[in-house]
Amino acid sequence: MLFLKRDPNWRNLSNWSPFEELGRMRRDMERLTEGITRGFTRGAGAGVFPLMNLTEDNDAYYIRAELPGMKADEIELSVTGDSLSISGERKIPGEDAEAKYHRRERESGRFNRILNLPGPIDVQKVDASSVNGVLTIKLPKSEAAKPRQINIK
Amino acid sequence: MTESEAKALQVREKSEVSGMTEQTKPGLVFTPDVDIFETEKGLTLLADMPGVRAEDLNIDLKENVLTLDGDVQKPEGQNEAGISVEYRTGKYYRQFNLSEIIDQSKIEAAMTDGVLRLTLPKVEAAKPRRITVRSS
Repeated sequence: MLFLKRDPNWRNLSNWSPFEELGRMRRDMERLTEGITRGFTRGAGAGVFPLMNLTEDNDAYYIRAELPGMKADEIELSVTGDSLSISGERKIPGEDAEAKYHRRERESGRFNRILNLPGPIDVQKVDASSVNGVLTIKLPKSEAAKPRQINIK
Repeated sequence: MTESEAKALQVREKSEVSGMTEQTKPGLVFTPDVDIFETEKGLTLLADMPGVRAEDLNIDLKENVLTLDGDVQKPEGQNEAGISVEYRTGKYYRQFNLSEIIDQSKIEAAMTDGVLRLTLPKVEAAKPRRITVRSS
């Protein structure tokens, strides 16, 4: 998984950006440390909040992340031709001062993540929506990268 | 700096429910993260259940056992194929034993951006009555 995700960068050296490279190194490091402290390593990307699922169909890539309690305007997204950056802060508003907590499992905090996309996209047509705490980003593939049906004569 | 500003969110994997009676429908079941706090008026429960629509959430209180049961629609479209999968989706299920006596008729639940806020008011304590002692 990890190596699959890297592929585009190796193929496409002209788009190489030191910032993405740094981001990736940082993620790799985090993944590594997490692996040591917890005794296991999980699939690609695990280790940086938010966890993201990447899927595709013929026309677009889809990235989803679970961000319960966050409004669309609290999430900052930016895309380049082949990478996506997401950041924000999940806030949990304070409750009644007298409140005695029995359980406190939900967490608040900042996050920042850069994800490399598996192929070129049409930056102008990226669309994001947040429904029931699930963020969905639709990234239409650039025309050149779409699969095309070829008729055999 | 307050604590929340300083902290960066860490990844936590959803924990799967274990020891629950088996379901008839296959699929993963997760434990939602909750905050529960108590005030004089009652208990408030906040649960992270991303992907659960208000109409797919069942809340049940029976004999002091509170059950949260949230169904999740498959988020992916028909023709989508996975490239990299970091989190799994499934329904949410969790039960709590309530020690307080809850006023069932006043329970309120609201679902906002995948977070359930459940207010469980305590039964109003019997109002203090003044007892006059008559002297004969």
